Amino acid sequence: MNPLHDRLETYLVLAALLLAAGVFGLLRRRTLIGMLIAGELILSGASLNFLALNRFTAPDPATGQLFVLFILGLAAAEVAVALSLVIAVYRNYRSVLTRDLADLKG
Amino acid sequence: MNTFPGAAWILAGVFALSGMLTVGGALLAVTSQRVIRSVSGLALGSVGLAGLYYFLHSPFLALMEILIYIGAVCVTIVFAVMLAEPDEPPPEKPRPRARLETAVALLVSLAAGGALAWLGLHTRWPVARARTGDGSLRSLGVELLSTYCLAFELISLVLLLAILGALVLARHGRTPPPAS
Repeated sequence: MNPLHDRLETYLVLAALLLAAGVFGLLRRRTLIGMLIAGELILSGASLNFLALNRFTAPDPATGQLFVLFILGLAAAEVAVALSLVIAVYRNYRSVLTRDLADLKG
Repeated sequence: MNTFPGAAWILAGVFALSGMLTVGGALLAVTSQRVIRSVSGLALGSVGLAGLYYFLHSPFLALMEILIYIGAVCVTIVFAVMLAEPDEPPPEKPRPRARLETAVALLVSLAAGGALAWLGLHTRWPVARARTGDGSLRSLGVELLSTYCLAFELISLVLLLAILGALVLARHGRTPPPAS
């Protein structure tokens, strides 16, 4: 039997743990920045899944690495836009709590 | 193959450290009340994830993970923490449904993660018959400029638009400086 770091299942379980932590954070955090961090965790879990399957099952090991590279670039762009949105919201509401952002709620 | 004594133990130790850093950082990021501790948890988790990437034969991505997640994402979030006041205040009155909501969130996330882990453990994954590349940095560059050329150009466009959009959004609503 292969050692633990040379088996696909270890990485898949770790990625599932990252996804669970991210979903829990998205549901439970009460500020916009906390939810953004939880979203980053979900993206990290997806990247880990891609790389693990790329390492153990894909014929060309470059494909998954390039996909994860694109995920990293998109995550950086997402964080830049989301944080400027957070700052704009803070200027208008003086708060980043999701409970206070209820203007459209009848 | 390994001539160094105890190499297997060192390898197992480093792998366990990476895995624990990843999971512990993620848990710290979602459970702490202060946002700055969440950012620290995200940075810790990124270090662990970079270690896992190294074990998955992609050292370039390990470098990029540290460079982008810690050097760009975490630092940007820290800047936003300085500009806004994102800490969750303690609730004024204890809400009766808070514990129930936490339980539901825990249940949903554990169900999602558990289902994914179960699928990963119980699926027979096919093994590639023949490797067509070696996954080195050189082959990554060649693929990026030949097969994935269009995606490469498009992501540069996305990053440019993100920079412009972030500037426009963050600039809106600023009070002009008083005329002197």
